[in-house]
Parts: sequence; structure tokens; C-alpha cells
Amino acid sequence: MVEFLSFRDGEASQEPSVTVESFTGQSNSTAVRIEAGEDARELLPYLDRLSLVEVNFPAYTDGRGYSAARILREAGYAGELRAVGDVLVDQIVPMRRCGFDSFHPDKPLDDAAVERALHRYADVYQKTVDGRRPVWAKRHPEIVNG
Amino acid sequence: MYRYDSYDQSIVDARVEEFRDQVQRRLAGHLTEDQFKPLRLMNGLYLQLHAYMLRIAIPYGTLSARQMRKLGEVARKYDRGYGHFTTRTNIQFNWIKLADAPDILAELATVEMHAIQTSGNCIRNISSDQYAGVAADEVTDPRPWAELLRQWSTFHPEFTYLPRKFKICVIATAEDRSAMRLHDIGLKLVKRGDEIGAEVYAGGGMGRTPMVGPQIRDFVPEDEVIPYLEACLRVYNRYGRRDNKFKARIKILVHELGVEEYKRQVEEEFAQMKVLGLNPPREELDRIRPFFANPAYEQGLSDEIDRGDPAFALWVDRQVATHRQPGYAIVNISLKPVGGIPGDASADQIDLIADLAEHYSLDELRVTHAQNLVLPHVKKADLYAIWQKLDEAGLAEANLDLIGDIIACPGLDYCSLANARSIPLAQKLSERFASPDRQKDLGELKLKISGCINACGHHHAGHIGILGVDRKGVENFQLLLGGSGAEDASLGQITGPGFSEDGVVDAIEKVTDIYLAERAQGERFLDTYRRIGMKPFKEAIYG
Repeated sequence: MVEFLSFRDGEASQEPSVTVESFTGQSNSTAVRIEAGEDARELLPYLDRLSLVEVNFPAYTDGRGYSAARILREAGYAGELRAVGDVLVDQIVPMRRCGFDSFHPDKPLDDAAVERALHRYADVYQKTVDGRRPVWAKRHPEIVNG
Repeated sequence: MYRYDSYDQSIVDARVEEFRDQVQRRLAGHLTEDQFKPLRLMNGLYLQLHAYMLRIAIPYGTLSARQMRKLGEVARKYDRGYGHFTTRTNIQFNWIKLADAPDILAELATVEMHAIQTSGNCIRNISSDQYAGVAADEVTDPRPWAELLRQWSTFHPEFTYLPRKFKICVIATAEDRSAMRLHDIGLKLVKRGDEIGAEVYAGGGMGRTPMVGPQIRDFVPEDEVIPYLEACLRVYNRYGRRDNKFKARIKILVHELGVEEYKRQVEEEFAQMKVLGLNPPREELDRIRPFFANPAYEQGLSDEIDRGDPAFALWVDRQVATHRQPGYAIVNISLKPVGGIPGDASADQIDLIADLAEHYSLDELRVTHAQNLVLPHVKKADLYAIWQKLDEAGLAEANLDLIGDIIACPGLDYCSLANARSIPLAQKLSERFASPDRQKDLGELKLKISGCINACGHHHAGHIGILGVDRKGVENFQLLLGGSGAEDASLGQITGPGFSEDGVVDAIEKVTDIYLAERAQGERFLDTYRRIGMKPFKEAIYG
């Protein structure tokens, strides 16, 4: 079983994260935790000094964190983006696609199930922030670069 | 019709294997029902009152003969010999064994079909116009757009755990045969100069708080439609209500924010997203388009129809619609026999219709939201032969859009959400109004029945609607008048206190009597209701 999963090179951030409110109020922290319903865009002025953003999933069915993650990546955030809370094996792939690169679930995940999930789908239909080439780009390689 | 390439096929095949793995884990006891539930629901497998129900997607309601035959095979092999076509143009099988579900999906994948996103709080099957590609007044064929959206919405990572389910419809004619404005998002394709784009409507829907969707954009160009939809969905995903399941649809968000504020937020999001290269290049829509190109119609065919047989002539007048190609016609097959279950078809009927599609309709058929089927490309010279075969199979009912053409949800006979039985009521009503002359005299009259507030039977959009409720343990039926799901969309109003099953049948008879007494020349029931209002009907029912 795996308690922490990272797709980043190097060590994961150990810094304890603070709330969005205290982060935007004080200036020395580099780790912040977004609760469901908080606006990820409040962090956009501070992306350069952030090294860790945790996004909490109070229940796996609460999908607000997917939008929060993608917004941060679309705005150019390059630090660690960690999904925490009710994160299940079936959510790892869509979360990766929205820009999460580390995971600290409430309940440990089965390594083999994670491996299977990660390699299940060779192709994806949408362009997101994970750099995967969508099917439409593969169909038209002469038009769509990268 | 669209055909999968190796990418499409591999995605559907991978889904089958993923689901097989999940079912095996469940059967082996490694997953509890609570853990398994969200997984099976992402794949259209519901646990109903008596058995598992499997809902299979029929993207934009289009099927080939080969696909239809496969549905007949599933009905015969894994169900009790029939299937049920739904108001979302899907098909449901009501007697499925869990252990069989992966095999069924594997068989469906061999004919390019699946059950992906037929349930769950995600983007559901894309719906469209059953006359797409053959309607005379179409701006462009909406099906390539619908296919583009099918692919875009399949496993969309950001929009898989929305506050609630999300339904999108695409049409391209002024006449709305698909209840476009009663969808979470409705797209109406329009032309501006030489460019095709979409008018966008958001926040329509039925359920316990019905709304006709307001327009939020008068034109989104072809190459911005994906980022625009992503912006609409992102605002909904972030701010749609999650505290109350009954207030979680986008219609509530649009209503609570106000249309202008929702539009403003979408535009703000869209401004950020349209520069991200999210839209496939135009070449992708150009790649999809030829799959839906006009089939090889024969030229110079006669438009003559021999109307010598009066029963056939009656059927032609009711069930056959104008095709844009000379010599051809559109055939509507009624799945509403007198006393039957709306939308049900037996495996034998499914096979027969597959054969008819193959031999007489250039290998194509369509499913309508009114739970009927369509043969879209029929030579007028073949109509009589088709009618004879349909008649032998009990499929030649001539009641399209008449009072006998009832929409009904599965209701308490199958559905675990239902409060009342829809099917026996539909059967009683169709028997009460069985007379073809009487139906013809009453003219267009759309009767829609839901067995609970979730409104799968579209009762809000019925010229006459019925809602089944539970009143202290007894089934009770509320009556609504004046709804429409067409281009003149409106929501029905409740007449007053509800009725017993027999009582609502009697009440509807009184309603139709008032219409017959009050109608002006050429008025449909709905027109008369709109002119004279609720009062005379109410007096007749309760007076």
C-alpha cells in the first residue's frame, strides 16, 4: 500500500501548508492548502513564491478541486500540486490530467491498482495541462505541433 | 455514420477491461457495494427494484443496422427478450445480471457502442435532432458537432465529478424536435455570413424545478466552441450548489446568479481559456464531416405514393415526413401500440427494424426523445412494403404526435426513484383514446408521464403532462396543461388537486372535451389552451 505518491523529480515539499486566508495575509509561507469552495485565483499573484499547493477533496465526489488545479497550471504554476483528502485510485488519472503531481490520500492506495490505472488508457480526447497529446492532435500531426 | 478509428476503439476497449476488473473485484468481495456503486454508475449500471439495469448510450440517437441487431442480441441473450428506448435516446435493459455486464459491454464494443457516462454526475450522452441530415431547413448537419462533443466529453478529467449530471443537445433547425432548451446546455447551430457557429442556451431542465434555458450567447464560432463550453462547465463546476442534490443542476446556478452574472463569469473564464489551444483544429471537424455526408441517393425517383390501401394511406399521412431528397421520405416507427409500454421493443421487433434499416434506409436508423424510431432514408416506392412488414410485427401504429404517442418513464414498475407507476397509466390512457378517428380529430397532443419529480417522462413539457406522486402511501397523479418542448418551449401548469389512476384518465377526457368545444379553426390543443387559459379546463375537471 502506498501512502504518498509523487510524480515529481526530487524530494516532496515537507513544509506545513497554511490556509489561503493566512497565506494571503502573511508573506513568508511557501505552502498553502485550498479547501473546496475556495478560489484558486486568489493565489495567482503569489505563484512565484509558492512551492506547494495542497488541494483538499472532502469527498471524492466533490470535483471542485479539479478546476482549482487546472486554473493554477493554466496560470503557469510549476511547483508541487498535491491532492489530499478523499482521493481514490480511480481519481488519480483525471487528477494527473488536471495538473496534480503528488497525492496524499486519507486512505493508502493499492500500488498494483495505481499501476494498472496509470497505464489503462493510452489515449485521451482533450487537451489539458498535462502535456499529453489529445487524439485530435495525433490525427492531424501536420497541423498540430508539439 | 461515424466509424471509430483505432484511437476511438482502443479507448472503448480499455473501458471494457477496466469495468471487467472492477466487476471481478466486486464479485470476489474485494469491493463493497458502497465502493462499487460509483464505479458501476460511471458505466450506466443501476441497481433497480428487481435487478441491475444497464443503460447503453446511443450517441445523438443514431444507429446502424449492425448496432441495432446487436441490441436485439443483448435483449435475447442477457435480458428477457426486450429493451426500452428512453427519452434520452438511449436504450435500457432491465433484467441484467452483474456477472454478465462486462461481456455485454465487450459485445457492444465490437459494434462501436458503449455505456460510458450514461449515468453519474458528468456530461451525458449528447442528443440531437432525429431528422439531422435529412431535414429540409437545416443550416448544417448537427451530427459532426455532436460527435466532436461526444469525444471531447468522454472522460473529461475536469468535469467528471460535477455537482450533478449534465446534458447537452445540438440542433440546426428553427423547428426544435429535441427539447433543446430543456437541456443543461443547448446549442443551436446558425449561420453568420459564411461562418457556422452556435447560439448557446444554458440552464434549461426539468426535474423538480423546471426551467426553459435562456440564451447566453448569440454566436460562438466553430473553432471556439470547446473552450466556450469548458468555460460554461468550469463556472458550474466551481459554483454550482453541492449542498443539496435537488438544487445542484446548472439551472439553479443560472437562476440564483441571474443570467447576466452567469454570462459575465463565463465570458471572463472564456477569455482565459480561448488562448489555450483547447479546440481541435478545423481539420478535425472536417475529418468527421464526411462520415455524415449524404448517402448515395438514387436520382430521378418518383414522388408518387399509391394510396389505394386506406390503412396504409392513414399511416403515411401520420408517420411519414418530408425528406429533402426527391423520391425519398422519412419514416417514423411508433413504439406506442394501443395498450403497450411506451418505448419498449421486443428482440424480434428490434431485429425486424434492423433489417428494414439495412434494406430500405441506407443502413441507418434514429431514436427519438419521444421514444420512437426513425428510418431516415426511405424510397417512397418502398413505403408500402415497409408498412406491411411493420404491420405484421405490430409496429404500424399511426399516432405520431397524437394523444396515443405517450412518453412515459419506466416508473415504479422498475425504477427505484419512482413514486408511482407510469406504465399502467400510459396503457389505460392509450386504451381510452384508442380510436384512430378520435385521435386524429384531437390532432397534435403531446401527453407525457413521469412517475416522480425527476421528470424523466418530460411531464413539464407535455401539452398534457402527468406527474405521479406518493400521497401518504397512495399513488396520486397531478395533471399539468400547456407545456411544450418544441421551439415554442413552455412549462406546464398544474391544474389543481391530484387524482387516482382512473381519475386522471377521466380528467384528461374532460380536458379534451373542452378543447373540442372551444377550439378555433386550425388550433392545436396547445394553441387553444394558450388562448383561453386554464380556467375553463379547471371548471370542467373540478366543477
